[in-house]
Amino acid sequence: MQKIEAVNDFVVKFANINGSGSASANELLARAILRMGVPVSPRNIFPSNIQGLPTWFEVRVTENGYLGRRGGVDMMVTMNPQTWEQDVREVEPGGYLFHDSSKPLPRGKLRDDIHFIGMPLTEITNNAYDDSRQRQLFKNIIYVGALANLLGIDAAEIEKLFAEQYKGKEKLLDLNRQALALGREYARENLKAIGLSVERRDRVGDKIFVDGNTAAALGCLYGGATVCAWYPITPSSSIPEAFQKYAEKLRVDPDSGGRRYAIVQAEDELASIGMVVGAGWNGARAFTATSGPGISLMSEFIGLAYFAEIPAVLINIQRGGPSTGMPTRTQQSDILACAYASHGDTRHVLLFPDDPYECFEMSAQALDLAERLQTPVFVMSDLDIGMNQRLCRPFAWEDGREYDRGKVMTREALDGGADFGRYLDSDGDGIPYRTYPGTHPTKGGYFTRGTSKNAYAIYSEAGADYTYNMQRLLRKFETAKSLVPWPVLTAAKYPARFGAIFYGSTSPAMHEALDALADQGIYINALRIRAFPFQNEIADFIASHTRVFVIEQNFDGQLKTLLVNEAGINPASLIPVLHYDGTPITARFITREIAERVSRLNVRPLREDRVA
Amino acid sequence: MTYLAKPKLHHPTLAKNKVGYTRRDYEGKISTLCAGCGHDSISAAIIQACWELDIQPHRVAKLSGIGCSSKTPDYFLGNSHGFNTVHGRMPSVLTGAYLANRDLIYLGVSGDGDSASIGFGQFAHVMRRGVNMTYIVENNGVYGLTKGQFSATADKGSKSKRGQINNDAPIDLVSLALLMGATFVARGFSGDKAQLIPLIRAAIAHQGAAVIDVLSPCIAFNNHAGSTKSYDYVRAHNEAVTRLDFLPPREEITVDYDEGEVTDVRQHDGSIIRLRKRHADYDPTDRTRAMTYIQEHAALGELVTGLLYVDPESSDLHRQIGSVDVPLNTLAAAELCPGAGALDKINAGLR
Repeated sequence: MQKIEAVNDFVVKFANINGSGSASANELLARAILRMGVPVSPRNIFPSNIQGLPTWFEVRVTENGYLGRRGGVDMMVTMNPQTWEQDVREVEPGGYLFHDSSKPLPRGKLRDDIHFIGMPLTEITNNAYDDSRQRQLFKNIIYVGALANLLGIDAAEIEKLFAEQYKGKEKLLDLNRQALALGREYARENLKAIGLSVERRDRVGDKIFVDGNTAAALGCLYGGATVCAWYPITPSSSIPEAFQKYAEKLRVDPDSGGRRYAIVQAEDELASIGMVVGAGWNGARAFTATSGPGISLMSEFIGLAYFAEIPAVLINIQRGGPSTGMPTRTQQSDILACAYASHGDTRHVLLFPDDPYECFEMSAQALDLAERLQTPVFVMSDLDIGMNQRLCRPFAWEDGREYDRGKVMTREALDGGADFGRYLDSDGDGIPYRTYPGTHPTKGGYFTRGTSKNAYAIYSEAGADYTYNMQRLLRKFETAKSLVPWPVLTAAKYPARFGAIFYGSTSPAMHEALDALADQGIYINALRIRAFPFQNEIADFIASHTRVFVIEQNFDGQLKTLLVNEAGINPASLIPVLHYDGTPITARFITREIAERVSRLNVRPLREDRVA
Repeated sequence: MTYLAKPKLHHPTLAKNKVGYTRRDYEGKISTLCAGCGHDSISAAIIQACWELDIQPHRVAKLSGIGCSSKTPDYFLGNSHGFNTVHGRMPSVLTGAYLANRDLIYLGVSGDGDSASIGFGQFAHVMRRGVNMTYIVENNGVYGLTKGQFSATADKGSKSKRGQINNDAPIDLVSLALLMGATFVARGFSGDKAQLIPLIRAAIAHQGAAVIDVLSPCIAFNNHAGSTKSYDYVRAHNEAVTRLDFLPPREEITVDYDEGEVTDVRQHDGSIIRLRKRHADYDPTDRTRAMTYIQEHAALGELVTGLLYVDPESSDLHRQIGSVDVPLNTLAAAELCPGAGALDKINAGLR
């Protein structure tokens, strides 16, 4: 029988039961591999449930640093009889299936093209522990021990991780060590060697291993957010929670012990965005974190903030919609909902981070942009980036970096006779000046409203005042183009006729797919869009290619629609490549889809070794 | 509404308050509400109360939702920042504004449609959180701007101008505010300024969530026979339980009262609410009793007005959060950003 042989390049998938403590055990294994200098990319594929439903955890070991989801499973660790059949099916031919052999194998079709590795896990655990909770937790550690042995993972690294985690809790530390040893010993004595192994390398460097939500929370902290108002919703709740955790340590007045931040868990998303708008109006940097259903609820306020020109930052951790959709699955399906949120003619600034590093950077930048542009700014992360730990560049911050508070008119300027018109385009960039409430006894006060007004904030339903304002808002949006992050070009090795546009969490799988396509002789120039409004260079990129693939994780091709609408692109020049089943897009999917389309476009090889 | 522009020149002999402003300095734009609207009387009472309290107008932030009542912040305190937000959501916007700057005085103006229907939830939650604000509900039992539909505070059996009878039970915002933890709860009547002005003064001085439900008849759509929110009806059923004088901190007490007739309630800032009780058995610091009392009298068809409850030991949101004394919106990068060193440590912990 064929046997998959791979060093530092394979996928292990764990099938577990939700709430059994398996995720931390699986993560432990991933971290140990990282400590051996080999990049890993874990993904938690979990249900909307606290306990009992099936959950999976994928660990991709990738010496090449391909952090996207590859697709396919080389080794399945089946700890959940509920999903046995589907888990058996998913293993690649020649792959391995690790299972608990304490009981006879569940009924169902067995395969003769994969290797079954049985270990009487329950039996070993039950012999070693009497307490039921201990049995549950240490069973996980015992299989980690066995796998470490099978895969050649240095147990010393796991023990070091234990030591860090259980610092000061010696008893727990010992128990974990023992469980690990139990698993390792059994494997050493009873299990046959397999073709997958980890070997020590130096490919991790100074990279950090963190989830996007923690990164976004830190970005808000470093970016000077003082007000956070939120309502719990998966997959965004860990942002305010992480913000609180770090702020409690890093944002306290050393003398008085007073907190230099305020967090309110609101009664709903309507209230959370209302608080953000109120705080922004009053000169504090404020943000909320939410997901698609929250955006729907917030839309009225988003329109108000757009029209009344109030800074606000919304971090949207996208999940599967519409409606409740798939709350624990990932998608990029709120692009249009956010770009045009609210009734009336609105357009909003969107930022598309592709990893935790950019979640940090863009969340901080969003706070600057929101105040500079006096408008809502969306950070468009998703569950895949937000809730999975990802290897990325370490966070960076330059000491002395000041916040861009935008155009704020001071008391001194007002006394100096400045012509203050709250909605007056005094600089020609479409951005007016604002005053904070309470600035001056007699000047600078104005009445903020969602209704139409003239340039001096006086209520007006006159058509000319309304159109002046809308034209100015359009100019402001033009100004935004020069301020938002620029797209990043990945040029093909050879001149390419095809282009590809992608964004956000598609990024790692896309880069891997580009390499795989190049191996097949398909060369593609790729542009990662990092923000909306689109810079003119994006249209230029599309114009310079015969066809451009637009790779997205939604059903409607939402970014494609936005490109057609907002950058004046001919829809015929864009070919959508859409992945929308709720799991993270894979490199194999992108490679296959693009290769197929390229061959359908009847492209003749230009040279022997090059197709496009 | 009137089309006469307000004269800009002030009479030189107009009295000035301690901060050097005349009463006219607290006025706003000319009202666009119907002549005789109760809301305009409330605006006038707010102007008077702020002038008497020696508040600098620009230190007030006035926020509202949507509706006739929510238009009124444009008609008083013209030098204050105002915010006409979205329907029913003033409380959340005000909460955010208060978080950003605890030093301003926050005035929330809303109506019964705004607060008892679409914004019922936000009304309740802003009380729960103890946002330091004065929440004035201009309550007329009717949707004025959309021309005469019943609101959720309309009494059961009340008749609309078109002759329809309201079948739904009314929402009593005063009872709800008490239940939700407001620490200053009062009911007033736009037609009784002598009662309303001291209520507003005391509410502004109160540190915590203060709500005044002000019955404010709608002259256009709810002032007819059969309505329970008309001027005549409210006058006939008004049962004032307390009359109060409001004494700012350190103000000399000049009026003498007979022993036993008055109760002094000292608030956090040192101000004193001097209550003259109309009903001997009423204790406005007893929350449970206040709730029962309101219900008992409502059952008798009486509309209890006056200061109904005050908690002199009130707390507010900022104290509960433990935030710094200075307004959060004044903090700069030096105070907010933990710096590169701290980030290096965080990075190290993520490896």
